[in-house]
Amino acid sequence: MELPEPLLRVENLSKVFVVGLFTRRRIDAVKGVSFTIGRREIVSLVGESGSGKTTTAKIILRLEKPTSGRVLFEGRDVWRDLRSREDILWYRRSVQGVMQDPYGAFNPFYRVDRVFKQMFKLLPKDMDDEERWGLVEKALIEVGLNPRYVLGKYPHELSGGERQRVMIARALLVEPKLLIADEPVSMLDATLRSGILKLLMKLRDERGLSILFITHDMGLAYYVSDRILVMYRGELVEEGHPDELIESPRHPYTKRLISDIPLLYRKWSDI
Amino acid sequence: MPPLLKLDDVYAQYITRYGTVYAVNGVSLEIGEGEILGIVGESGCGKSTLARVMMMNVKPPLHLVRGRVLLQGVELNRLPRDRLKREVWGKQVSLVPQSVMNALNPTMRVRDIIRDFVKVHNPELDDDEVYSMARDRFEELGLDIRALDLYPFELSGGMRQRVAIAIATLLNPKLLIADEPTSALDVSTQKVVLKLLKRLWNEGIVKSIVFITHDIAVVRQIATRIAVMYAGKIVEVGPLEEVIFKPLHPYTELLISSILTPEPEVKKRGLVEIRGAPPDLRTPPRGCPFAERCPYATDRCRREEPRPVVIGSRLIYCHLRGGGAA
Repeated sequence: MELPEPLLRVENLSKVFVVGLFTRRRIDAVKGVSFTIGRREIVSLVGESGSGKTTTAKIILRLEKPTSGRVLFEGRDVWRDLRSREDILWYRRSVQGVMQDPYGAFNPFYRVDRVFKQMFKLLPKDMDDEERWGLVEKALIEVGLNPRYVLGKYPHELSGGERQRVMIARALLVEPKLLIADEPVSMLDATLRSGILKLLMKLRDERGLSILFITHDMGLAYYVSDRILVMYRGELVEEGHPDELIESPRHPYTKRLISDIPLLYRKWSDI
Repeated sequence: MPPLLKLDDVYAQYITRYGTVYAVNGVSLEIGEGEILGIVGESGCGKSTLARVMMMNVKPPLHLVRGRVLLQGVELNRLPRDRLKREVWGKQVSLVPQSVMNALNPTMRVRDIIRDFVKVHNPELDDDEVYSMARDRFEELGLDIRALDLYPFELSGGMRQRVAIAIATLLNPKLLIADEPTSALDVSTQKVVLKLLKRLWNEGIVKSIVFITHDIAVVRQIATRIAVMYAGKIVEVGPLEEVIFKPLHPYTELLISSILTPEPEVKKRGLVEIRGAPPDLRTPPRGCPFAERCPYATDRCRREEPRPVVIGSRLIYCHLRGGGAA
């Protein structure tokens, strides 16, 4: 029996950056990374700064070209098979990103409404404005915001958590199948994080959305994911179910990472 | 024995033409000799301002509008800035800031930064004496002495932070104030920095540490006592494990329940969502600052400011615990 094709398949992906004007230096940001994301699945990509996780996300979002390897979405190579403008719009509707900084994502001089208007070009052409704003309201309610409270406001009038919810609502507008969330809660206070993580899990359960959750925080990955991928120096070193990975990590890097995480119920013995 | 540092009903505000931010609102706190006090709170709760007040590094737009800051009985708030610079900072109280890159002059080698720093306090020392002092301390703390000849940007993030800590404690200050010293670091580097702080304390190079952070799991590894801050006020202070495992203030309880560390005990509890956001400190609320988000708040909480209540070795500011009972 043939297994169903996963939503996203990343095959042997590599990215080399060449830096320096006179002394050219190669940086292998991503080295032969392969993984899949199934439908209705939250997969976390965990690694420290410089491990290549954001570069991987950018390649999937088509913001950065891979040096070698392939990204297949529903079986189509997103760097080779998307030829027409229609194909590219299809992909941009299918895969949406939510980035780390809910402060930087907004232009402080424009009302929040503008981040939605910018998405309208991805909506069907025959849709009128009333229908479009109807979708915006629906999306805002889905992420737990009151449209009447949010629309018309300036970014500084919203809290960090509200801004991040707005960015998620914006992504939902085009009904994506895959959401790439790159450190979506790392700038938020602890008391606001749980709400966003719960929202992501709700979107998975109710919409069947797949999510690639990128984080440096194994704790967050432990709560939100169906599967965890650990990245170290551009390579994928381990993959597993959250409980399994935390309780019995195999790779030396994962072992060290997990033993260095400060916990609440266990105090380090070596400090 | 009097405490090493005592804050007595301190109010500190940022006063500008555009308005006033009430950053610290009536904080009283004692730091005893030999303790590591963790101060935890969310962004904007006033904890970094409190760090500045503790060493009286207060300059406009920040003003100490009320209260006293006593270091071993000496009122720091009465000393002029140049005396604080010469006699107190670096020698008695030192600060390791959050962003070390801004604190270390990028155009100078580490050893020259150290020379300038030491000479403010000990102008009689010549360069070689300062360098050998720095070398000895680096060796004592297990830091690579080659770092002395490098520029700050040539050091890794973790090494830079450790160098900054070594410099701040070179003159053996009694109190070290560390403001989010590990927040920008990866977990393994964070642990190395925490170990260094603990070592300085174990070896008596510093007597006490105030460790300011938003991360309770980090404080858990290092502190002996913990103070929880919300909206410019302390809401609960007490021994570390008591506060973490049996919080008495509703805010502490919610803050602890929002921690997401990868351990089964925490996962069992699940994700706890907290409604609302901290109040805007330009217009601080009347009454208890947490009333608006507190699931147990009553009318009295919104009206009256709770007074401190002592329960065992803890201090709590909450009407539900009897605070403000006349």
